Amino acid sequence: MTRSLTVNGHRTEVAASPQTPLLWVLRDELGLTGTKFGCGVASCGACTVHVDGQAVRSCQLPLGEVRGDVTTIEGLGADGLAPLQDAWIRHQVAQCGYCQSGQIMQAADLLAANPDPSDAEIDDAMGGNLCRCGTYSAIRAAIHDAARALRSGGAG
Amino acid sequence: MSRLGKITRRTLLVGAVAVAGGAAFGIYQIRRPVANPLRPEDGATLNPYVIIDRAGISIIAPRAEMGQGVHTTLAALVAEELDADWEQIRVLHGPPAAAYYNAALAHGALPVPEYAMKDWQRSVAHGIGAASKLLGLQVTGGSTSTVDGFERMRRAGASAREALKAVAADRLGVGPDQLRTEAGQVIAPDGREIDYRELAEDAASRPVPQVALRHPYDWKLLGRSLPRSDMRAKATGQAQFSTDIVLPGMKFATVRICPYLGGSMAGFDPAPALAIPGVEQVLDLGDGIAVIASNTWAALQGAEAAQIDWTQSPLPATTGAMFDQIARAFDDRPNSTMRDQGKPDDQSAQLEVEYRVPFLAHSTMEPMGATAHLQDGHLTLWVGNQAPREHLKVAAEAAGLAEENVTLHTVFLGGGFGRRVETDITRQAATIAAKLPGTPIRLTWSREEDMRHDFYRPAAIARMRGAVENGRITLLDAKVAAPSVTRAAIGRLTGRSMGGPDKGHVEGAFDQPYDIPHYRVAGHLADLDVPIGFWRAVGNSFNGFFHESFIDELAHQAGADPLQFRLDHVGPESPVAAGTLEAVRDLSGWGQPLPEGRARGVAMTWSFGTPTAVVIELAREGGAIRIPRAWMACDPGLVLDPGIVRAQMESGLIYGLSAALMGEITFTDGRADQGNFPDYDALRMFNTPQIEVAIVQDNPHMGGVGEPGTPPAMAALANAHFALTGERIRSLPLIRAADYLI
Repeated sequence: MTRSLTVNGHRTEVAASPQTPLLWVLRDELGLTGTKFGCGVASCGACTVHVDGQAVRSCQLPLGEVRGDVTTIEGLGADGLAPLQDAWIRHQVAQCGYCQSGQIMQAADLLAANPDPSDAEIDDAMGGNLCRCGTYSAIRAAIHDAARALRSGGAG
Repeated sequence: MSRLGKITRRTLLVGAVAVAGGAAFGIYQIRRPVANPLRPEDGATLNPYVIIDRAGISIIAPRAEMGQGVHTTLAALVAEELDADWEQIRVLHGPPAAAYYNAALAHGALPVPEYAMKDWQRSVAHGIGAASKLLGLQVTGGSTSTVDGFERMRRAGASAREALKAVAADRLGVGPDQLRTEAGQVIAPDGREIDYRELAEDAASRPVPQVALRHPYDWKLLGRSLPRSDMRAKATGQAQFSTDIVLPGMKFATVRICPYLGGSMAGFDPAPALAIPGVEQVLDLGDGIAVIASNTWAALQGAEAAQIDWTQSPLPATTGAMFDQIARAFDDRPNSTMRDQGKPDDQSAQLEVEYRVPFLAHSTMEPMGATAHLQDGHLTLWVGNQAPREHLKVAAEAAGLAEENVTLHTVFLGGGFGRRVETDITRQAATIAAKLPGTPIRLTWSREEDMRHDFYRPAAIARMRGAVENGRITLLDAKVAAPSVTRAAIGRLTGRSMGGPDKGHVEGAFDQPYDIPHYRVAGHLADLDVPIGFWRAVGNSFNGFFHESFIDELAHQAGADPLQFRLDHVGPESPVAAGTLEAVRDLSGWGQPLPEGRARGVAMTWSFGTPTAVVIELAREGGAIRIPRAWMACDPGLVLDPGIVRAQMESGLIYGLSAALMGEITFTDGRADQGNFPDYDALRMFNTPQIEVAIVQDNPHMGGVGEPGTPPAMAALANAHFALTGERIRSLPLIRAADYLI
């Protein structure tokens, strides 16, 4: 019952049942613990990863239905820091940090589709990502900043 | 494997003076007990805060990093005096050790309002703090970490620096006063540089030099917003929380414990769980089961599938019956009357009202979890926690081991807010690991398990009487009833039952800086055994709402502007607190005309040493109400990192607004009705106000910042609601009374 999966550019074989949500394949089978479990019902966004560049809640996506390449927080910056991660550090966004992998992956999806989002568009895109420390103002500022960096020619 | 290797090596370095080329400096001197309890104590215990090894400088933080930035500020205290290169240092959680006791926890022990403490009372409190070393409470809580570390962490850095200089002076044949230090190096008069790493081993065996601390004018790191030491790891997914430890051969566990609180398990059938692919074992934990599987999802499925017979909860069957039980506490004599001025019984009241607040969950982003491994009679645990020594003790008990056979690593906390003082998760992890010797286990709770097995902020009721005359409050007579957090949580933590007047029960009500002639606050302890615990701001979280809502009612009774009304009463008692009201008035432009459909409310509370004033603006939008803006002003005295203070203020405000707006745990037959975020949500980006923070530094005493933003936020929101709608909300959460944009 193995299945092959491409995660962060690496092809790998996974021995888990096809019903297993991608979240637990990443965390428990592949040791990629940067992706977090928060609720298990797609209500908090802590488990957000990309499948073919699109943000998905990995707690809801069964392994058997993963069609495409998976990118996690560990693979976001192929060579060093992604522009969003750089902006996150510049704006000192994280407090406890537990939700931030999901926040960054969600923000990356937004910027891929909308290189210059307004506050309202950021609010719309990020509404599914909960942060109990309340880092929202810093997240919004970091997204604007990363968007500027990307528009002025920073690498994706 | 390198990760585990690194942890083991560092642990050795912490425990020993000099191992494998590293050197740990014992710095802080605690003096031996003498007859006069006001004197500090004499005699030496070497407490390690600094490690220098081949890799560089590590600073040991005695408090848990749960988002509040304490690793950064505590490390900066050491680095400031040590002259370490901020970009190069590493910060580690301290191991469980009596040396890391939190003296500032005891600063609130005296039954006097903090704002009005005399110098001699502060000395007494400080003496109690030194004595609290006997309890050895290594607790992160009460917004105390920076206050506690301010002296001793700087001394740690200064003494280490002087020891390093002394060794360099010997080697160079010059006097130490001819040497200077910078960025992890000793620099000779001729410009030669010696790296601390080359000096560390010899320096560790030197007597500890006592040196004067630098004047704040000379600070290079303290007083400015530093890059947080944990930021890069948290932006790249590398930060390790309780369930992020990867060990070879690891199994994955979850638990399902009786949700009828106080009930237990009569029996269970593991067969349906074992039928789930991946489930390997079902363990009997007495009051529930643990499921062991090849991944966490299989374990969660298995726990769900197991057939379990629960026994009943002894708690009242409904939330209403619980409130009735709390209200019965008013019939008994008060446990405390910590504010008792004038003759309240002789005054007739113009207002007599009752307030109620619900039970609340902590709802940390990271559900409870732990990693544990019993190997060759030694138990190793990784768990984000706020009280390492207590967790260690509980783990040893649960596994049937002596404490020296247990190693506990504190890892990052995915939110704490008081929840991770509690040792339940560690007890479970140790119990499971002990049943599976040789197998590392990663224990993860479901969100539902987390929400239904919290140690909740208690529900509480306040009965208030008040009167005004000529624009001034003549009477404020408050009674507060709730089960006692102090007795429940301190009792669990220390194994001692707490007696006497319960200050924590009335904090936020009895200790507020208002000049009122007839002023009384009585605390009534309710007999209700719902598990309760420390929740951000503790007693202030309900008393701040009660007291500041009622002050607002009195302001309207007097026909006065609510902010000026507060200033009139606070000014004579505390210019520092009045300063925060003035600052938030100026920051928000209070009093200027607002557009149609907008209104503002204000509140000010003094908690954890820091007066904090909040203005909330509400706006009607369609049929709903939203919270577009918030302004805060706090005065924590000397500020060590303004960026972190600002972040904590915003965080505390959002936590308080979330609770006041939509937080409510209710119970049916002793089981919490809410299990996950769809039933118990919090503010999200789109409904969080734009927040501005003013930091005032007129307070002569340093206060905390993690909690003081929470209490005034709740009251300011309800007061703004009144200003907008004319409806006084005396029962939270607000969404039960009005349609808010959530």
